[in-house]
Amino acid sequence: MGLLSDPNRRRALISLLTRLNTPICIVCYMAGVAWFMGLAFEPFTLRTYMSENAMGSTMVEERFPAGERALATGREFSAHKKRTGGMPVEWLMKTMQAKGLEVFTQRFSRTLPFPDENKERYMVRGTNVYGILRAPRAPRTEALVLSAPCSPGDNNNQAVGLLLGLAEYFRNQIYWAKDIIFLVNEHDLIGMQAWLEGYHHTNTTGMDWSPLQGRGGSIQAALSLELSSDIITSLDLVLEGLNGQLPNLDLANLFYAFCQKIGVLCTIQGKLQRNDWDSVSGYSHAVQTMMLMVMKQASGRPWGDHGLFLRYHIEAATIKGVNSFRQYKTDATTIGRLLEGMYRKLNNLLERLHQSYFFYLMPSLSHFVSIGYYMPAFGLLAVILLLRALDLWVQLSTPPQRTEDGVTDIEPVRGTHFKTVADLLSLLTPLVISHLTGVALYMLPIRFQEMAVEHFPVSETEAVVLTAIAVYTAGLALPHNTHRLLSGEGTEQGWRVLKLVAVLYLAVLLGCTALINFSLGFILALTLVPVAAFVTPHVPKVLSAFILVILSPACTLLFSVFFFQELQEMPISFQDGWLLFLSVISQGILDHSLYGSLVYPLITLLVYPCWLLFWNILFWN
Amino acid sequence: MAAHRCSFSAVLFALWGLSLLTVARGQEATLEGNDRTAVVDNPESVAGAAEQAAGQPAAEDRRWEATAVEEVSPTEAGGGSDSPAPKPAASPPSVPRPKDDFQEELVIRPLHSGDIYTSFQFRTLWETDFTRENKVSHYRLFPKSLGQVISKFSVRELHISFTQGYWRTMQWGQPYLPSPPGAELWVWFQDSLTDVDGTWKELTNVLSGIFCASLNFIDSTNTVQPSASFKPLGIGNVTDHRFLRYATLPREIVCTENLTPWKKLLPCGSKAGLAVLLKSEKLFHSSFHSQAVHIRPVCKDDQCKTTSWELRQTLNVVFDLHNSGQGKNEWSLFKMFSRTLTEACPVASSSKIYIDITDNSQGEQFELSPATPLLSQAVVLGDRRTFSVYDLTQQITFGTMRSLNLLIRGKSSQGDMLRPLLHAERYVAGYGLQTGEIHTLMYNNHPYRSFPVLLLDSVPWYLRLYIHTLTVTSKGKDNKPSYIHYQPSKDRVRPHLLEMLVQLPPNSVTEVTLQFERALLKWTEYTPDPNHGFYVGSSVISSLVPSIVAMDTNNSRERPLFSSFFPSKEESSYFVRVYTEPLLVNLPTPDFSMPYNVICLTCTVVAVGYGSLYNLLTRSFQIEEPSPGLAKRIANIIRKMRGVPPL
Repeated sequence: MGLLSDPNRRRALISLLTRLNTPICIVCYMAGVAWFMGLAFEPFTLRTYMSENAMGSTMVEERFPAGERALATGREFSAHKKRTGGMPVEWLMKTMQAKGLEVFTQRFSRTLPFPDENKERYMVRGTNVYGILRAPRAPRTEALVLSAPCSPGDNNNQAVGLLLGLAEYFRNQIYWAKDIIFLVNEHDLIGMQAWLEGYHHTNTTGMDWSPLQGRGGSIQAALSLELSSDIITSLDLVLEGLNGQLPNLDLANLFYAFCQKIGVLCTIQGKLQRNDWDSVSGYSHAVQTMMLMVMKQASGRPWGDHGLFLRYHIEAATIKGVNSFRQYKTDATTIGRLLEGMYRKLNNLLERLHQSYFFYLMPSLSHFVSIGYYMPAFGLLAVILLLRALDLWVQLSTPPQRTEDGVTDIEPVRGTHFKTVADLLSLLTPLVISHLTGVALYMLPIRFQEMAVEHFPVSETEAVVLTAIAVYTAGLALPHNTHRLLSGEGTEQGWRVLKLVAVLYLAVLLGCTALINFSLGFILALTLVPVAAFVTPHVPKVLSAFILVILSPACTLLFSVFFFQELQEMPISFQDGWLLFLSVISQGILDHSLYGSLVYPLITLLVYPCWLLFWNILFWN
Repeated sequence: MAAHRCSFSAVLFALWGLSLLTVARGQEATLEGNDRTAVVDNPESVAGAAEQAAGQPAAEDRRWEATAVEEVSPTEAGGGSDSPAPKPAASPPSVPRPKDDFQEELVIRPLHSGDIYTSFQFRTLWETDFTRENKVSHYRLFPKSLGQVISKFSVRELHISFTQGYWRTMQWGQPYLPSPPGAELWVWFQDSLTDVDGTWKELTNVLSGIFCASLNFIDSTNTVQPSASFKPLGIGNVTDHRFLRYATLPREIVCTENLTPWKKLLPCGSKAGLAVLLKSEKLFHSSFHSQAVHIRPVCKDDQCKTTSWELRQTLNVVFDLHNSGQGKNEWSLFKMFSRTLTEACPVASSSKIYIDITDNSQGEQFELSPATPLLSQAVVLGDRRTFSVYDLTQQITFGTMRSLNLLIRGKSSQGDMLRPLLHAERYVAGYGLQTGEIHTLMYNNHPYRSFPVLLLDSVPWYLRLYIHTLTVTSKGKDNKPSYIHYQPSKDRVRPHLLEMLVQLPPNSVTEVTLQFERALLKWTEYTPDPNHGFYVGSSVISSLVPSIVAMDTNNSRERPLFSSFFPSKEESSYFVRVYTEPLLVNLPTPDFSMPYNVICLTCTVVAVGYGSLYNLLTRSFQIEEPSPGLAKRIANIIRKMRGVPPL
């Protein structure tokens, strides 16, 4: 630090940083992207390993025999489901009771802010049924959850059947130390949300639910099961939860260990693991897997019923049975044995899962990238913002006689007091206006849906999405002219101050986002950092405006939609992509109001106003 | 007169038992015949179903009368129907009797859910005074270790229980002796004692040794002095709660090492009598296991001029239908305990097995074999129950096989829940590691009577209760407790104690909520497994619950008119204690696995970041003049001497 306290050397360092600012920024950006891409390269990543002693060294024997009977129960369930046209509550209660569980139900109802067109629901009313297997000689302090959604149509009947089969088998065992809750939830995530809120007696989203009668203490872990066919070729593990939260890595390790032991094909992001990491295709496979995880995590929505458990500090994952017509087939007994093994190991837990990582990315099920490895990629992007801020600060603090010839140096006459007020105004105005636009973008779509439906020939959902897009576009036109009305011509000093503020704002914003949800922070940094770095009032207006719009949050979302489809090997046309984009917006708003996802308010209230500041700088004069 | 009444009652009783048996046999026949209307086959009710229905109340009547007499002298009534009269428990005062006395009994209750509840009680009575004569040295039946504890620590009453599991009131009904999960210890000391806290500390350590349990973890941070919930159960009139100490250890695990010392306190050990059934591998292959020791002073005789000490050892076990029965509802002593009975404990004055057959008067629930002619009735938990009795002191009980293996063959089991009059549950609401809320729900399922309950909550200090957030609501309305005793906690010294008297309205749920903040402990105060969570002991709900007998408003059952006008024919209410489940609460926990990283990071931040920043901020910067050359300095000196300003 002698470097900084010596004024000469400090000056030399600063001049170096300001002179080489642009090249350094470009190098940092490249390095950041390269680092990120390197994360998927197998030699750079770690193999997964079980950290939890209680699950690692102990052996369990899987003996579940009754897969066929479970499937028969599933068929019976589906018949009753068809007959009642929904959840067969009575039948489920009777069946669970006959298997020796304590059975309880929970009713819930919820009116969505606007109709959900993907799932065709608006006023949701349903019942959750759950049975508690009381562990012998345990005082009801700990519990594990196994859940299966009661989905409309022919989906997930096998999952419910297997759940009931496992309940019967588990009931006859003496070794349980934790209560096991078997939950069949209606209306997938909404039912799960109601159940979790009821269990923890909180109400974060304004849902109506009847209080729960039976509980099993603090839930240690949960698995959600989705099976839709009798024969399964592989099992897919879904980890991404609400707001990009992930369960402890040990849960994934546990799943992987049992898949290896029992010999079930297992995938993550629907991608099998490959051994040819040194080939180009092997590497690109790993990149695709990791990118899928990044995209899903960045979306901040729960990708399975497990996603809502994570808020309550319950480690949870969804296991999806996939029937993809591969050669390798697995029957229900094997999946039952896999689940039995996992539950027996979870039953052995002495503490909550906490030994392994909570922040990680997985390029394959057997490899992971921990937070220490992926954060530098983001750090390299974020440091660009700090360098630009330093540059601006130096420019602002150096005396004004060094101004270049294109810029006129006015107001030497005005008093210093007046000058600061004007500066302050020219700084505050765009800040306030862009944030007000953000608030409008957050509030208006839902508030105005009725009015929009009255006046335009659109449905409620379309109204919401189109209002959002309209407000977003209107925001582009609005703020950049206003400061001139207040303080006359924009000054050279003015935009520099504004940009300094905006760049620091963005740095803090992205930094905080990346700490909570790395993927979201990284994707936003990828697009917003170049904007923040290059934009000044002196660059070519039309071209820059075009680039700015292309790199704006909404367009990022649009590209992400296409990119995501591409990664899933389901490329779509532009028309379909646009429709998907619209539905993604409506889903985002719904996720926010139904489950408390924070991505929509983050984008509208903070990221979009920040981007507007840069838009404002471009049109400063 | 008494003898006459007795023989009369015995005849009646035998008659009734006979009719019961025939009816049962008839029922069996009908079941075999697979047709319910085939009651006509019953030889007793030739006239058909209508007459059978009319005959039923008559049998009922007889049973009621038999009861009234039965209660006067149960053993004689029971013995009257059998030829050799057993040794009476309470012999006439003229006969010189031993100063100590031992009784053992086992109650078996087939439960509603198909599980089976077995409750052992061993009672030792001893006429002695541990307090006055300081040296009680000759022990016969009473265990010496406990006798010494009583005299050394001036104990007036001692209740200790070790429980593994939680009593499922909704499935099993009320237990005979409730106990919370883990260990519970409450002691009344003699009022002559001065240093109660010191004695309590020593006592817990000694008991910890006697029972091989972690009772030494009881200290001031988990001991409370309830003001109303725990009154002395023995005789005595001191109710000053300064001499009471109550503590629970919800985390205590109960296993064989606690059972063995408990068995050693019995006069016969586990060598003879009912105690041979206590094999640990079977007792711990169950849904619920609770063992307890109760010591209290009781009256010696009716006049109650002197006291004697009573030691009651109880053991309650619930065997699970699904775990051990393979779904077949069939129980036998051998299956439950992998032993059969061959003799009573030789020193026992009474040794009996009771089987609750109240719901089974017609044999519709289960079959019992071998059959016994002895019946007994008692009012247990506000309900009149009928029991089949097997007297082990009589050889005839063991039959020709010289061993008794009771067989209970259940016919059906329903999984649906019971609605006990009073039950309670408790949970922690909220999420996150900063705050939370404790909810206690108390259900009064009585259709029209409200009754008061005493709620006792003892919460460790690391949950900082916000007592101003205490709310008690029932049926959506605020329910103001009529008595509140609250003792705030002191960090690391004592727990919160909250006692309330709440009136539960009929047919309602009363919810008590209380918010708390989770404290951040010092790093040495965390347990070795901090991420498991921290336990909060059960809350205790004590109440006088209106009796089921009194609640019986069903007028269809024929009864003498004079007996049914006032609702309380017998005890109108009975005492119930309900324990809620303990809570497991997570506290904010540092990541103990990386102290090295933390130390490194902190040191780096302090050394590099803070140090240099501090340096930059406090140092004043001055531009240093370059030092002039030697020639110039000499020139300046000359100029100074000349009085000219320097260069």
